[in-house]
Amino acid sequence: MSTESFAILLSHGGGGEETWRLIRGLFLKYFSNPILNTLEDSAVVNLNPNAKGDFGGVTPFPLRTRIAFTTDSFTVSPLFFKGGNIGKLAVAGTVNDLSVIGAKPLYLSAGFIIEEGFPYPDLEKIVRGMAEEADSAGIKIVTGDTKVVPKGNADGLFINTSGIGEIIYEGLSSSNLKEGDAIIVSGTVGDHGASILALREEMRFDLDVESDCRCMWDLIEMVLLSGAKVHAMRDPTRGGLSAVLHEWAGQSGMGIEIEEENIPLKAPVRGLCEILGLDPLHLTSEGKVVFAVSEEDSDKVLEIVRSHPAGREAMVIGRVIRNPQKRVISKTSWGTKRPLEPPQGELLPRIC
Amino acid sequence: MDFLREFRDSSTVKGILKEIEKPSDTPLNIMEICGSHTHTIMRFGLDELLRGHINFIHGPGCPVCVMPKERIDHAIVLSRQEDIILATVGDMIRVPGSKGSLITERVKGGDIRIVYSPMDVLYIARDNPDKIVVYFAIGFETTTPATAVVMEGCIREEIKNILFHVNHVLVPPPIDAIMASGDVVIDAFIAPGHVSVITGAGVYRPIVEKYRTPMVICGFEPLDVLLGIWMILRQFREQRCEVEIQYKRAVRPEGNLKAQGLINRYLQLRESFRWRGIGDIPLSGMKIKDEFAHLDAEVIFKDLLPCELIDDHRLCKCGEILKGRLKPIDCSVFGTACTPQNPMGACMVSAEGACQAYYKYKQLPNYEH
Repeated sequence: MSTESFAILLSHGGGGEETWRLIRGLFLKYFSNPILNTLEDSAVVNLNPNAKGDFGGVTPFPLRTRIAFTTDSFTVSPLFFKGGNIGKLAVAGTVNDLSVIGAKPLYLSAGFIIEEGFPYPDLEKIVRGMAEEADSAGIKIVTGDTKVVPKGNADGLFINTSGIGEIIYEGLSSSNLKEGDAIIVSGTVGDHGASILALREEMRFDLDVESDCRCMWDLIEMVLLSGAKVHAMRDPTRGGLSAVLHEWAGQSGMGIEIEEENIPLKAPVRGLCEILGLDPLHLTSEGKVVFAVSEEDSDKVLEIVRSHPAGREAMVIGRVIRNPQKRVISKTSWGTKRPLEPPQGELLPRIC
Repeated sequence: MDFLREFRDSSTVKGILKEIEKPSDTPLNIMEICGSHTHTIMRFGLDELLRGHINFIHGPGCPVCVMPKERIDHAIVLSRQEDIILATVGDMIRVPGSKGSLITERVKGGDIRIVYSPMDVLYIARDNPDKIVVYFAIGFETTTPATAVVMEGCIREEIKNILFHVNHVLVPPPIDAIMASGDVVIDAFIAPGHVSVITGAGVYRPIVEKYRTPMVICGFEPLDVLLGIWMILRQFREQRCEVEIQYKRAVRPEGNLKAQGLINRYLQLRESFRWRGIGDIPLSGMKIKDEFAHLDAEVIFKDLLPCELIDDHRLCKCGEILKGRLKPIDCSVFGTACTPQNPMGACMVSAEGACQAYYKYKQLPNYEH
C-alpha cells in the first residue's frame, strides 16, 4: 500500500525521490507547461519575445527579454544558527537559485508569515540579516508582504522570497551534461545541514561547524565571464550533492562517476554523519556550487573557483560517463564501485 | 587520530588484501553476524575484492529485522491509546506490522517520537507531564544498558510517566540456533564490535568450542573487517580455534562490567523470544524483572496487547536471509514489490538489513567500465 494514497509525509518535502514523485505526480499534472517542465532551479522566460528596434546601444530592461524567475520558502528551525539566520538564508537561497541558471540576480520579493507573539527584536535581527546579504550581493528587495497568524498556527516565522535575474549565460541545464565533463564542487559539502542538525534540541551536539549560507553570485560570475564552457550548475541544497548528481544523470541521460575520497568534507561533518548513520552527500549546503564543465576547461574553472575566498577548497570530484542506466557511481580509492544512494525518506525536516 | 581516514586508507587496504589473497582450494564461508558489518562489506565492496577467497554469509544481527510482526503490532496498539506518546528509534517506525507501520499511525495522528538516545525519553516525559511515554526498546546487548540507565533514572527521580516495552535480544542464542540447525555451512565468524564492548569476548566461547568455528570481534571500518579476516585465516593456518579481538580500541575481554551490572539489575532473560524468520529461541531475549513490573508496558497493558503470532508474507524471504540460507537477490520480490520506500520485509527497512544493503550497493548491472 502506498502511503501517498492518503496524506503528505515529511519525506515529500525532503528533496529526494518522494519530492520528485509529488512534483511529477501532482504539480506537473495540473501546472504542466514548457517553461515549468524543464524543472530547473529557476524558470527562464521571454518577457518580450518580439521586441525589435534600435535603442541607441542601450536596451531598456523590459526588453532584455531573457529573464530568470524563481521562488523559495524558508522554514528552517532554529531560526538563528552559527553562520546565519533564516533571513540571510532566504536571500542567499533565492539568489543562488537564480545564479545557477546563469542569471545575474536583480530583484527580490520578501513574504513573511509571522506567528502572533514573535519577538520584535528577533524579527529586526532577521530583517537586518536579509538587508545585509542583499547589499553584499548587489540586489534589491523591491516588494513584500506580511501576514500574522494566531499563536500556534505557525512556528515562529516562515519567509518566502521570489527573485528575478537577467540571463547572462545561456544554455545551462541539467539536461546539458556531456560525456567527459568534469564535476567540480566549490568547497566542503553538508556544512549547513550538519550545523542545523547539531543544533536540534534532541541532538545536543557541540559541533564546530558553521552554516556556509551565502550568496554565490560573485564566484559564479567569475566563472561564467571567463569563457569556460559550463554545461550545468546547481547549488546542492535539499538532498545535498547526491540529489544534484542524480537529477543531472536522470535529466541528461548520462552516468556520473565520482571519486569518494575527492569530495571535500569537514572532519566534524564526516564525524557527525558517521555517528548518526547519515550520508554527508545527502546534507544541505547553502553556499556551495556544483559545476559540470567541459573536460578541457576543468583546470581553468578549478583555478578560478579556488581564487575566490568561498572556493578555496574546490575539487574536481568526478566526471560524466556514458551510461544508459543513468547511474551515479561512487568509487573507493581501492577501486570498488557502488551506486551512490539517492536521498530518500525523511532526511531532516526544516533544514531550509 | 582521524579514525575514519586511517581505517579507510587505500594503501593499507591493498597491503592486507595481498596477505589475504593467498591461494586456497575453496572459498571460506564467513558469517558476519552484525548488520553494520554487512553494510561495511557492501558499501566498500569488500565482497568484490575477496571474491573467490571469502564467501560472506549475512547473519541475523539487525535488531529491527528480527522483530516479529506481533511485536510491531504491540507498538501500534500502544500508540493508539489516548494520552500515550510512543518513543522509539528511527528505523523502527517504518517496519510493517500486520496492518501498517508506526509511520502510517503517525500520519493518522498518533504521537510517535523518534529518539536518537534513550535518554531523550526522559526529556519527553518531563515536557509532557500529563502523558505517558512508552519507550519501545529494541536492540542487542549494545543498547540494552542504555534502556537500563533510563529505568534507573525513572526509579531514582521517581518519574511516574515512563513505561518500557522491552524487545532487547541477545547475539549468541540465534547463532547457536543457526549452527544447530545444520542448514548453513559456516567456517568462521566475524563477531559484532559494539555488542562485544558490553559483553566482552567470553559469551561467544561456547559456540566456538561447540562448532569449532574461529571467531574474530571486529570494528566497522573496511580495514577492521579486512584485518579480522586476516586473523581468521591465521587461526586456520595455525590450527587454532578461538575468540580473538581485532577491535581492541573499543573491546575489552571482560566487556563493560558496569553496563553488565545495570542490565542484570533491571532485566532478566525471557523463557523464549520469537525471532522473525528463525522462530522461538529459548533464553534469547530480555524482559523487565518482576520487581519492576510497574514500569513494564507489557504488564500494564496486558489486556490490550494482541498475542496472536503473525508470520511474514509468503513471498518475503527475510527469514531465510536472516538465517544465512538465502541472499537478498534470491528473493522474488527483492527490488520489485519490496523496496526501501515500500518495504515488505524488515530486512529492507533497516540500514543494517541485508536487503537494504544489497538494494543500495549491489545494483550495477551492465555498467560500462
